[in-house]
Amino acid sequence: MAEILVFSEKDDLAFELVSKGKEFGAALNMEVTAALLGEGAAARADEYFAYGADRVYVAEHSALVDFHAETFAKALYQIAQQNDAQVLLLTSTKRGKELAPRVAQKLGAGCVTDGTAVEMQDGNLLVSRYALGGNTVVSEFIKTPHKVIAVMPKTFELGAKEARQGETATADLDLKKPRTRIVERREKAGEAVNLEEAEVLVCIGRGLEKKEDLKIIEDLAKALGAEIGCTKTLCSDYQWLSEDRLVGLSGKKTSPRLVISIGISGQIQYTVGILGARITVAINKDDQAPIFALSDYGIVGDLYEVVPGLIEQLQSESRT
Amino acid sequence: MNIVVCLKQIPDLQQIRIKDRKPLVEGAPLIFGDMDKSALEEAVRIKEKVEGTKVTALAMGKAKLKDGIKEALAIGADEALLLIDPLFAGSDTMGKARALAKAIEKIDEYDLILCGEGSTDNYSGQVGPRLAEILDLPQITYVRELEVEGGKIKAVRNMEESFEVMETDLPALVTVADEINQPRLASLRDILKAGRKPVQEWTAADLGLSEDEVGAKGSTMEMVSNLAPEQDRKQVVFEGDLDEVSENLINALTQEGVLGR
Repeated sequence: MAEILVFSEKDDLAFELVSKGKEFGAALNMEVTAALLGEGAAARADEYFAYGADRVYVAEHSALVDFHAETFAKALYQIAQQNDAQVLLLTSTKRGKELAPRVAQKLGAGCVTDGTAVEMQDGNLLVSRYALGGNTVVSEFIKTPHKVIAVMPKTFELGAKEARQGETATADLDLKKPRTRIVERREKAGEAVNLEEAEVLVCIGRGLEKKEDLKIIEDLAKALGAEIGCTKTLCSDYQWLSEDRLVGLSGKKTSPRLVISIGISGQIQYTVGILGARITVAINKDDQAPIFALSDYGIVGDLYEVVPGLIEQLQSESRT
Repeated sequence: MNIVVCLKQIPDLQQIRIKDRKPLVEGAPLIFGDMDKSALEEAVRIKEKVEGTKVTALAMGKAKLKDGIKEALAIGADEALLLIDPLFAGSDTMGKARALAKAIEKIDEYDLILCGEGSTDNYSGQVGPRLAEILDLPQITYVRELEVEGGKIKAVRNMEESFEVMETDLPALVTVADEINQPRLASLRDILKAGRKPVQEWTAADLGLSEDEVGAKGSTMEMVSNLAPEQDRKQVVFEGDLDEVSENLINALTQEGVLGR
């Protein structure tokens, strides 16, 4: 029987794929299997069964101790070939995203990365993703017999765990020592933030002149009970905020009830990240900034005047 | 050493208009993506440090590419290799990787292949890893710092949870993140000089590729739709006296029921 083969280097993300994979499997008449690679893989099998995997392929090969895209692609390719995996369902984490095209190339397969939705249409999987810098959403079918689909984390809901059994198969893989070597891992300075779950967000962009001025943004966030998000410039280029706070195409896609975008012109790379917000507000001194077209409410003005004014009003209201 | 930088021309995203949810790409000028420019800049910086380095700019595109490539030559590529053929139109990531791989194999002498971690338009990040696979090279992606030493490279990758320092022996393929550098702007003098640098053009036939291996016919994908996401915002703008606009906004948000914890 043909299979949908799931893999993610993070088990909790793989479970989302298994949960949804069962639905696709039923429609496509395929089994749902999963690849568990690396040390201690066998011990993790039961949870995969609980989410609905029919079978898991376990490989604890010494070449799979750390993630190396080339080696992991080889492992998945061999598992797919030894069995009859036609669809590979992966997560578009950074590792998943460098793995997907490499294994797709081995399989001669079409591939979609950064998938935001997958649905059954005309007996095939229709995959959607952002295109043209986030200006559009493209929906496409993969025409090749093998299909590799890497979806963003949380694209699919986690299903319910049930007491289920499955089959554990040991994958016999022919792998060499990876040609890339990990020398060191440097911790990123950053605190745990979860923008995806924030109810209120205050996002700041290039309009902020210096790092010290983050204080007024923090004050506003405090007055609103909000989390702080930012554009790519502020975290990747200036490194004023950690990348956990990046909102947009290469960062978090948020769905708060309120988001206030401050000093952000409204490049699509950012606005993709706030599409899911219920109410959007913009504060910008340029009345032509595209962000206003994407906002329910806007204030045209200098953030250095508007934000302190807002804080004052919010504080005086909470006193009365 | 020989460095090949892969560049992709994309429509200037600032110039794309949306009409009836459909993108109007035709009039938009073609530019190189941000991460592609960073890849080129990094190659030129290596050349400035490592004597005897040659940088080849490799790009696939339409006839307009012949103009566009001058920017890459002005920034410091020593020569350019353009893959221009109507047969390439509509190529997907596999077709592009295939054509780039054939060209690189034809160049024969290469140590390092640099790509952006994704194109600024579609950001699928597929061409780099597919190219590495075809050429049987190790890949290091999302690179924010790169050092070349002897026959080795050491790279710092920007991963979700940490910066991962990875090394490998050359030849290898590296994709760069845009924070790796701030690409220089070409001076007028450099642009004038760039006109004298060698530019070679190859067609699909020159690469030994048939029409079902590249272009729309060789594509593994079938697009069903490409539309702007629906946007329906109120677009109420407050202007004027500061106290008044703050009050107006807070009132509006209170009425929407989105204030308060």
